[in-house]
Amino acid sequence: MSITIFVPCDSSAISIGADRIATAIAKEAEKRSIDIKLIRNGSRGLFWLEPLVEVLTEAGRLAYGPVQVSDVPSLFDANFVQGGVHPLLLGLTEELDYLKKQQRLTFARIGITDPVSLDDYLNNDGYRGLSNALNQSQADIVKTVTDSGLRGRGGAAFPTGIKWNTVLGTPSEQKYIICNADEGDSGTFSDRMVMEGDPFVLIEGMTIAGIAVGANQGYIYLRVEYPHAHIALNTAIEKAYQAGYLGDNIQGSGKSFHLEVRLGAGAYICGEETSLMESLEGKRGLVRFKPPLPAISGLFGKPTVVNNVISLASVPIILDKGGDYYRDFGMGRSRGTLPLQLAGNIKHAGLVELAFGMTLRELIYDFGGGSASGRPIKAVQVGGPLGAYLPESQFDTPLDYEAFAANWTVLGHGGVVVFDDTADMAQMARYNMEFCAIESCGKCTPCRIGSTRGYEVIDNIIAGQELGKNIPLLRDLCNTLLNGSLCALGGMTPYPVLSALNHFPEDFGIDEKANAA
Amino acid sequence: MTESSNIQVTVQAITTALKDKPGALLPILHAIQDALGYVPAESVPAIADALHLSRAEVHGVISFYHYFRDTPPGKHTIHLCRAESCQAMGGKDLENHIKTRLGIDFHETTADGQFSLEPVYCLGNCACSPAMQIGNEIYGRVTANSFDTTINETEALA
Repeated sequence: MSITIFVPCDSSAISIGADRIATAIAKEAEKRSIDIKLIRNGSRGLFWLEPLVEVLTEAGRLAYGPVQVSDVPSLFDANFVQGGVHPLLLGLTEELDYLKKQQRLTFARIGITDPVSLDDYLNNDGYRGLSNALNQSQADIVKTVTDSGLRGRGGAAFPTGIKWNTVLGTPSEQKYIICNADEGDSGTFSDRMVMEGDPFVLIEGMTIAGIAVGANQGYIYLRVEYPHAHIALNTAIEKAYQAGYLGDNIQGSGKSFHLEVRLGAGAYICGEETSLMESLEGKRGLVRFKPPLPAISGLFGKPTVVNNVISLASVPIILDKGGDYYRDFGMGRSRGTLPLQLAGNIKHAGLVELAFGMTLRELIYDFGGGSASGRPIKAVQVGGPLGAYLPESQFDTPLDYEAFAANWTVLGHGGVVVFDDTADMAQMARYNMEFCAIESCGKCTPCRIGSTRGYEVIDNIIAGQELGKNIPLLRDLCNTLLNGSLCALGGMTPYPVLSALNHFPEDFGIDEKANAA
Repeated sequence: MTESSNIQVTVQAITTALKDKPGALLPILHAIQDALGYVPAESVPAIADALHLSRAEVHGVISFYHYFRDTPPGKHTIHLCRAESCQAMGGKDLENHIKTRLGIDFHETTADGQFSLEPVYCLGNCACSPAMQIGNEIYGRVTANSFDTTINETEALA
């Protein structure tokens, strides 16, 4: 009987050699006449152990990693195909602490299955949510999602059920479901992992959304920087059509839902929902005024649900196990789980899905193991390029939308980027303003002009010029951006800039703690 | 066939195939850039005509998006991540090394036409920073040495 070996096809694993490992294992097995079945699974998200090779044994799946091509002959010598002992043997994958301590709901299948195998998906609880949804009224589906407490995982944390209810209640011949897969926030990769590692769960979530609100067309707006996700999604969509999970008359229900992937073109602003819709319509990605809300007048002027990948990928388990099941995870008004992404200067970078409520300190030390460089951690940016830098004094903040907001910080899409004490926070603040200038859509003046004036004034501060004048000028400028911008790009760039200034004034050449903004 | 008429034939075929899609402009521009490596200025009138847009509107869309380019790229385009996670792992030093090694700045192409260098703001490979992409290949934990090796291998393949 052939032996099953797993080598991830996740693009991060590939970026550090997974394809070469897969080829080397196949060749070595052939050379030794060992019959193996090589499966390219998603990543378990333990990236410091990637490329992570797993072998299916009677006891379960055994993990070996991080594997280099040069390790392959010795792995075979150690008879790893039968679970043999080798210096890279990590034990049973499911027993690895980093995984065992997580609560994986949205990521339940990722790393376990072959992402583009519909059979794998079906054999691992796939399409159970849709099956329930097809037997419920539209209002009941929306109610289940509302009851779950699910809030938009893209960053804004707006209750998903309320958004759906608005679209359901707006009469129209044509409605749309848009998946915002323009995961532009630096330090985030959970959307990418879902699309590469379990594309069917996103397709199922969008199909349920379509049925719930009466939309028969969906678009996944995918950033062009994700070529592997593009291939995985298109492969899975084609299989879903062939098996009657997409198209007209889904599973004989008489309901129809069509789905297409559209590529972005390297504009960060197109992650903003109204800019995204302009882009889908074939225009420059200029932000629209709200109201009207997209739920009432969205894509091509029709009622439109725009949800993030993780929000939509969380829908199938909610419809499968019920709103209460999901709501029982979490704290306060933050219900369910959040897939956190540990990145930057961190020893154990990876994907950590947890119920809301753990502190940032536990996350970066207990899971992350401290900095990769071994130096003290100076600052942690949470929530992408528009998120604040947290100093050590704020590390005990629980991972909860409201607790973060109370600190003038943002949880956002759950990206966590760690900096050690070599980071220069004035340079980071300059970069944040420059990024805003590069990515501004140009529609509103505070963002378009303010961002350029912003890095200019920070340059003057870094050069030590007239701090008494330039520091208040920077604060005043940030105030204009905060209050006068049309969307979150201009409106939130002051978060990283001012948090850097407030918590690390010495990097700006200021001796005393600057007054908090 | 001249290069210019080759462009026209390609553009015509693509616009004819895609123009009836809702919001067809981005899919058309992607298809043209996939086929030709860039979106030539002379393709604009044909696209505008097919979609009943003004040439200014088409030009405006091309110039809005960082990904679309109106000049031919080098044989290989290197997208280097400049974002925070990569900066936290020495991305700035890597950027300096790459610019020195290739002798070009961002948005430029080497004199021999081999490499174009473009900044990118996150490849979603933040757990393996610093990261870059060459063509469709993604590279993680890039060092000055590993970059040089990759570039030498890529040149050898050429």
